Amino acid sequence: MKPFTYERAASPAEAAEAAARRPDSKFIAGGTNLLDLMKLQIEAPAHLIDVNALALDRIEATSDGGLRVGALVRNTDLAADQRVRRDYAVLSRALLAGASGQLRNRATTAGNLLQRTRCPYFSDTNMACNKRRPGSGCSAIDGINRQHAVVGASAACIATHPSDMAVAMRVLDASVQTVNPKGVTRTIPIAELHRLPGDTPNVETVLEAGELITAVTLPKPTGGSQHYRKVRDRASYAFALVSVAAIVQPDGSGRVALGGVAPKPWRLDAADAEMPKGAKAVAGTLFAEARPTEHNAFKLPLAERALASVLAEARG
Amino acid sequence: MKFDTPATTNPIDRLQVVGQPVDRIDGRYKTTGTAHYAYERQDAAPDAAYGHVVGAAIAKGRIAAMDLTAAKAAPGVLAIVTAETAGKLGKGEYNTATLLGGPEIEHYHQAVALVVAESFEQARDAAALVKIEYAPAKGAYDLAVARDLAKPSGKDDEPADSRVGDFDGAFAAAAVQLDAIYTTPDQAHAMMEPHATTAAWKGDALSLWTSNQMVAWSVGDVAKTLGMPKDKVHLMSPYVGGGFGGKLWVRADAVLAALGARAARRPVKVALQRPLMFNNTTHRPATIQRIRLGATKDGRLTAIGHDSWSGDLPGGKPETAIMQTRLLYAGANRLTRQRLAELDLPEGNSMRAPGEAPGMMALEVAMDEMAGKLGLDPVEFRLRNDTQVDPEHPGRKFSQRQLTECLRMGAERFGWARRKARPGEVRDGRWLIGLGMAAAYRGAPVVKSAARVRLDAKGIVTVETDMTDIGTGSYTIIAQTAAEMMGVPLHRVMVRLADSKFPVSAGSGGQFGANSATAGVYAACVKLRDAVTGKLGLNAAAAEFADGKVRSGDRSIALVEAARDGELAAEDTIEFGGLDKKYQISTFGGYFVEVGVDAATAEVRIRRMLAVCAAGRILNPKSARSQVIGAMTMGAGAALMEELAVDTRHGFFVNHDLAAYEVPVHADIPHQEVIFLDETDPLSSPMKAKGVGELGICGVAAAIANAIHNATGVRVRDYPITLDKLLKEMPAPA
Repeated sequence: MKPFTYERAASPAEAAEAAARRPDSKFIAGGTNLLDLMKLQIEAPAHLIDVNALALDRIEATSDGGLRVGALVRNTDLAADQRVRRDYAVLSRALLAGASGQLRNRATTAGNLLQRTRCPYFSDTNMACNKRRPGSGCSAIDGINRQHAVVGASAACIATHPSDMAVAMRVLDASVQTVNPKGVTRTIPIAELHRLPGDTPNVETVLEAGELITAVTLPKPTGGSQHYRKVRDRASYAFALVSVAAIVQPDGSGRVALGGVAPKPWRLDAADAEMPKGAKAVAGTLFAEARPTEHNAFKLPLAERALASVLAEARG
Repeated sequence: MKFDTPATTNPIDRLQVVGQPVDRIDGRYKTTGTAHYAYERQDAAPDAAYGHVVGAAIAKGRIAAMDLTAAKAAPGVLAIVTAETAGKLGKGEYNTATLLGGPEIEHYHQAVALVVAESFEQARDAAALVKIEYAPAKGAYDLAVARDLAKPSGKDDEPADSRVGDFDGAFAAAAVQLDAIYTTPDQAHAMMEPHATTAAWKGDALSLWTSNQMVAWSVGDVAKTLGMPKDKVHLMSPYVGGGFGGKLWVRADAVLAALGARAARRPVKVALQRPLMFNNTTHRPATIQRIRLGATKDGRLTAIGHDSWSGDLPGGKPETAIMQTRLLYAGANRLTRQRLAELDLPEGNSMRAPGEAPGMMALEVAMDEMAGKLGLDPVEFRLRNDTQVDPEHPGRKFSQRQLTECLRMGAERFGWARRKARPGEVRDGRWLIGLGMAAAYRGAPVVKSAARVRLDAKGIVTVETDMTDIGTGSYTIIAQTAAEMMGVPLHRVMVRLADSKFPVSAGSGGQFGANSATAGVYAACVKLRDAVTGKLGLNAAAAEFADGKVRSGDRSIALVEAARDGELAAEDTIEFGGLDKKYQISTFGGYFVEVGVDAATAEVRIRRMLAVCAAGRILNPKSARSQVIGAMTMGAGAALMEELAVDTRHGFFVNHDLAAYEVPVHADIPHQEVIFLDETDPLSSPMKAKGVGELGICGVAAAIANAIHNATGVRVRDYPITLDKLLKEMPAPA
């Protein structure tokens, strides 16, 4: 960990302003991922702007029947919120499938979206990694990559996004509210928040320097039966090999997003359209462009089987 | 005391204290944070500086250049130790690679520098400023490739090969044959407390507070490595937060803390960083095993063949995966062969039940497969092939062998009769349900062990021995032994362990610690009893020590009277005189497991586990049970998830932290039951005990593998049994 300076911001505007003043800074909220990475010098900000005092910790109804989730709402509180449990069960289930009770108590909504990959080569500073050291190469593509992406990746990076929550947010069509250092706010559909790696896997989101997430908005509830199936090597406290977030309507239509298979939550409109036809058709569309490795090719049949199981459960 | 004839009735047999499920006497210290571990010895070294280890970034080659300028100039830095500055170092007897590398690099994350600073954060920051240029060399990292160059290799007294009868002929002629390859991966001890040491010099004398299983071995290796006399090394390891064989020896933390303290001229403490633990220290080596079984149609084994290949650094040792196969089942024609390949991966060495743990993972699946071929129940197949003598040396009996009793009782208690022989028959919602079992086997070696026992004027009995308690319960069973022998309640006994100034014990390893160390305490107590009766003028032979009194004939005198004029002390060593050569002394058991396998995703979830153990006298059923359930949990990890993933390009274990090296969590282990057969073994020691800490892991992974097969019909012979391996052969769910 490199020495850093620290300040505590009192308002979103103040935080954004501080970020503009210090381009070498990072926002810190729960710190459950950032601090680990700083200890390994994978992240080495010279300045931390603590946003925990920003009063962004409320969950409020929106005028169009949705929910506005403050950026600082802790994962535990979001999962336990009665409105979330009733109307957005897929989100509650995804949250509870992630991390551990202790981490969820600390981790925030915005921080969860912005967490970094758990690729082991990303975590080992002796190894080449285009995400950590642009241009150095990717150690995972020809290395140990059983956990890695099968779709949406590039020749520069095959890391996955590790979040469970984000997969549920994606299937719910959430949107992200931000404020930039100039005080300008904008709304980013969750589908557009995370970028695919292409040639610049180090650039993971469309957020600009100093841009701060203030809230995540969930649109009006869609109804339907909501599912989150996380498939992993042990019963708890493990990242997904594959996860399925699905909302299934009584007429068989619905939506599905996958976790653990891509650099971002993986959802395609064309695949949603195939929902009435069943898992094979949906998976076929989701994975039309898949380029699995020898070690992670199992994720394709696994995702299809997990989705089939979810659809069977939805049918009752 | 020489133990060379079977034990007869002795004071331990009263079982007033020994054999009782008493709570750990050190439990309150551990749960209240008052048990100070090696890194927390502010009491002993209040001004300790902090050391941070730099690990090599390559697996093999040389350091071409090292630039310490920036690191030295960093705030708070007191000293930097490298191979160049450390002076001439020797190599310990128990480590294969040197503990401070450079310029030669022998494995990934081999320590190449220690940066010492005022604070931990400063040391860590400065460590990142050490600039090293490497000249990498090609290495061998793939066991499957290196296997072709492997050479015969025995270990300790055991030869690489053993042959009885005509294996080839008998196997070829057998009515039913099995020939299969099994693989087990490299595994990490992944103990909670990292290797950690606080070191302080006083003149030319060194004190080390460290986390270590074998105090005397480690004093020797510290002295040898640093080139100093053994009597100048004072090593203490009173609390150990898990070892599992990874702390049988001195590792880089101890050597570097000592060198760092010398360089900084003040005490230094070092805890190996978690990301270094997996490649810097030792691990259980991967194996490739071929098992061939031949049997008659009615299920008698006629041919048993077991070949095992493992790898290690040049000069290293084999994983002895064939050892149990020499002893477990009857069969006239036998062949075992052990081969060792040279690899440049980190050092392989002992991990809980070295040899038998991976060996049983293969053998007990092979037995299940053979039972299937024969159309026999797996329990019945094992019962038919029991032996009461060492099958390679039929003149040599087992001291006690209740394997069949364990299997019968386990089958009854578990409801084994409900198992469907045909796989894939039982379903519970989306779960495919299967039952599996395996025999458990582990040798019960004994090791010379000494103790000193004192009786003071307050009537307190104090035991001193360099025995360690690695979470196993040594403190408690030693206190129970002394209480029983001296006829005092448990709270009148004080136990002081793991200090190199105390008499040399067996230490904690190889499942020999409990039996050997308590036998050493027994021997010292026999001497102290003689001193007491002598002092009190009682007839030693007839004296009975109970209720804080010594009785002989009509006379009964308070024990404390013997120390009225001053403390009485006695020291003795138990030495084992060959009964373990004349007899085969081993522990046995049976494992029964129920699993559910998700029909869609092939995720395996254990539902319940049962162990039935025959392991001599159980000194404390509570701590023994903890040993077995802990070992079963480790076996579940071995079966389902634990694997050090080898990057065969760069030569290292990629998943080197606890997020990526998965071990079972609570949710993986829903229900465990342990039954101990009521057994005493007078050939094992005066305690008539053995050990259970390693028995608990020997066979359990195979029982899980067999249950998975019973649930799904899919046989995976490559551990761990992760869902991707099952999925290939699982039908689409209905």
